[in-house]
Amino acid sequence: MSEKQLDLLYSEVEEELRASVRALLEDKSPASSVLARVETDQVTDTALWKELADVGAAGLPVPEELGGAGASLRESAVVAEELGRAVAPVPFLGSAVLATAALQACGTEAAAELEALAAGESTAALTVPLAAMPGAAFPEDVRARDGRLEGTVRNVADALTADTLVVAASGPDGPGLYVVAADEARITPVVTLDLTRPLAEVSLEGAAGRRVAAGADAEKALRRALVAGAAVLSAEQLGVAQWALDATVDYVKTRTQFGRPIGSFQAIKHRLADLWVAVSQSRAVVRSAASAVAAAQEPGAGDAERTEAEVNASLAQAFVSGVAVTAAEEAVQLHGGIGFTWEHPVHLYLKRAKSDALALGTADRHRLALSGLVDLPAPTA
Amino acid sequence: MTTAPAGASLDAPALRQRVADFVAEHDPATTDQREFLAARFDAGLAWVHFPEGEGGLGAPRALQSVVDEEFERLGYTPVGREGLVIGLGMAAPTILAFGTSEQRARYLKPLYTGEEVWCQLFSEPGAGSDLAALGTRAVRDGDGWTVTGQKVWTSLAHRADFAILVARTDPDVPKHKGITYFICDMSTDGVDVRALRQITGEAEFNEVYLNDVRIPDTQRLGDEGEGWRVAQTTLMNERVSIGGYPEPREGGLIAVVSHIWRTRPELRTPGLHDALMRLWVDAEAARLTKERLRQQLAIGQPGPEGSAAKFSFSRLNQEISGLELEMLGGEGLTYDDWTFRRPEGVEMAKRSAGFRYLRSKGNSIEGGTSEILRNIIAERVLGLPAEPRVDKDVAWKDLPK
Ligand SMILES: Cc1cc2nc3c(=O)[nH]c(=O)nc-3n(C[C@H](O)[C@H](O)[C@H](O)COP(=O)(O)OP(=O)(O)OC[C@H]3O[C@@H](n4cnc5c(N)ncnc54)[C@H](O)[C@@H]3O)c2cc1C
Repeated sequence: MSEKQLDLLYSEVEEELRASVRALLEDKSPASSVLARVETDQVTDTALWKELADVGAAGLPVPEELGGAGASLRESAVVAEELGRAVAPVPFLGSAVLATAALQACGTEAAAELEALAAGESTAALTVPLAAMPGAAFPEDVRARDGRLEGTVRNVADALTADTLVVAASGPDGPGLYVVAADEARITPVVTLDLTRPLAEVSLEGAAGRRVAAGADAEKALRRALVAGAAVLSAEQLGVAQWALDATVDYVKTRTQFGRPIGSFQAIKHRLADLWVAVSQSRAVVRSAASAVAAAQEPGAGDAERTEAEVNASLAQAFVSGVAVTAAEEAVQLHGGIGFTWEHPVHLYLKRAKSDALALGTADRHRLALSGLVDLPAPTA
Repeated sequence: MTTAPAGASLDAPALRQRVADFVAEHDPATTDQREFLAARFDAGLAWVHFPEGEGGLGAPRALQSVVDEEFERLGYTPVGREGLVIGLGMAAPTILAFGTSEQRARYLKPLYTGEEVWCQLFSEPGAGSDLAALGTRAVRDGDGWTVTGQKVWTSLAHRADFAILVARTDPDVPKHKGITYFICDMSTDGVDVRALRQITGEAEFNEVYLNDVRIPDTQRLGDEGEGWRVAQTTLMNERVSIGGYPEPREGGLIAVVSHIWRTRPELRTPGLHDALMRLWVDAEAARLTKERLRQQLAIGQPGPEGSAAKFSFSRLNQEISGLELEMLGGEGLTYDDWTFRRPEGVEMAKRSAGFRYLRSKGNSIEGGTSEILRNIIAERVLGLPAEPRVDKDVAWKDLPK
């Protein structure tokens, strides 16, 4: 099996983007304000999102002629890392990644929507359950008939603040992707395990939708959006894991018990060394996934590139999901009692890590998908 | 052969060109391997970061992988080099860093061509992980030294012409300070090599007794009492040389179990499938991490990931070889050959699943145990405090043994 060697490093441009996003988040969204915000009924920080859009985060992969940065998923992944590190409550995944990727895959049909998204003037949500697995059968929750949509989708990310919904619906003439104005839908918040990523139930009762992709094109667009989402989500998981590791290393250096810093006990050192190895490996895997998905989105990319993107995205979810959860769980444990409190932000990371591990396909489902992709088939009964 | 610039100004395309020119002049198909390697050494394409005349071109270290890849692409990969890992991976960089010009001229070339085999006389019955506790004595004796002691777990001592050796030259100072580093000629009187049969039934390694072995002072590497510092170079290279080479997807032991899975559908069960996919994912993550490290090195930004490569490699080998036996079921109850043998090197791919399972147990012990590697990552990479030291300022002779 041969595969092209992907660039696994960060470019200078990416490092600059990271620095500006990090600086903005440290200033405008420190852990204390995220903590305060999750107890209000406006969890999503729309003001912060506007500022992130101003540094280009909203339209990274959108072409320049539509007002985007003309960058690639590699840059989006760097932003996702920083957002994960800060558990920032902004509609990046739902709007700038999932909905944007779906609309981009629809060609010129959705140019107006893309332009508005890239400018940060509006946000969108891809109306599928956040747990949707890339490559699963096209959803049937919403039915389309004569441009009218009917049905309910649970656990949709970033729908509460969205202006536009990108709805996957099936009808008499097969699958389709539809653009729907959010005020045509009934959007009800859900109480979520992850306090920092609001989910909603979206009910459509005869809402008017404009079809932007039909049939096989709609299926492909949805699949590509979810694959891109899985790759970028792994970068967010890396950010979560890196924060958990860094915070814990800092803590065990200063916390003293039995007359010495707890970080000098080998039982603790070895666990953190293992975690560091896993986080380093995650970084290579995440960069590989982002690069592979970016390569598949280049003009001229073919089936080989798309398969490589799916292999890498599934690999990333299969590997990094577990690392992020372990990192957050270790962080809670090694912080002792303080790690179990509401005041300490570590619980926000645990909740995000565990929820992310269920989002866009569990590790187990991705391993199964991977087994098909790399010809290691599951046993037949 | 060529007048292109040498040294630090060399880049990857220039080196690829040099390899192409070299192969054009020395047809690998018709040249004897040893002659070919000797010519490659003389052309500076053995270790490109070594100085000119000593096997290299003074080029950046990261470019060595470019040269190796290019030789491989042109269809030339040296064979039968399993027995040379210690010479190539550890002795050579140490001799380069600390050797005199006479020592470099004497040892590097035959070491590279495989004419002379090396082994490592470091570990002792009382000093493994705590290598600095070693007790083999070297006493000054005219223009040389007399060495007495016992080494153990010495891989390939039975085939070796030379050894890198650490010995205690001053027992009255703390343990790290009184050590000196030598090159030992294994044919010297008093060097007594005894096979030590291992878990696999064969004997890669040995006990080595040193009975009043004479070593001329010209074979000292580095200053008297500086042996610990010299040994650090060896140990660092040892860890990097295990598992630092870039490989394709399914390049390691994972290829073996993947092949079994693809060709033997009757062995498939859901539980094995899950285990296989987990390990496939782990193997790919480890591979990408090495590849990322290689890319960092190539642009001159080495990352600390190198210290994790050997550690991940041993865990993977152990888990994969364990799974292989389970996959094989009843067949896994058998073994290929318990005959007492003295192999030329480690033959993972050529042997049975049982051999792979047993041999991989050594991967987390040889070249620094996994526990010691975790200590290194925790202290040097994460900056966690060291364990409290009870032996720091105590003379070696007063330490509990
Ligand atoms: C296949 C093989 C080939 C080898 N080849 C060579 C060779 O060619 N030349 C050579 O010189 N040596 C060789 N060795 C020796 C090898 O380097 C040592 O075995 C190794 O360093 C461990 O030392 P030890 O065996 O004395 O174990 P010990 O140091 O006694 O360790 C026993 C256990 O205690 C653990 N331990 C020790 N110290 C600590 C600590 N501070 N914290 C936590 N745990 C600790 C270890 O990890 C291990 O699990 C070889 C070993 C093997 C298995």
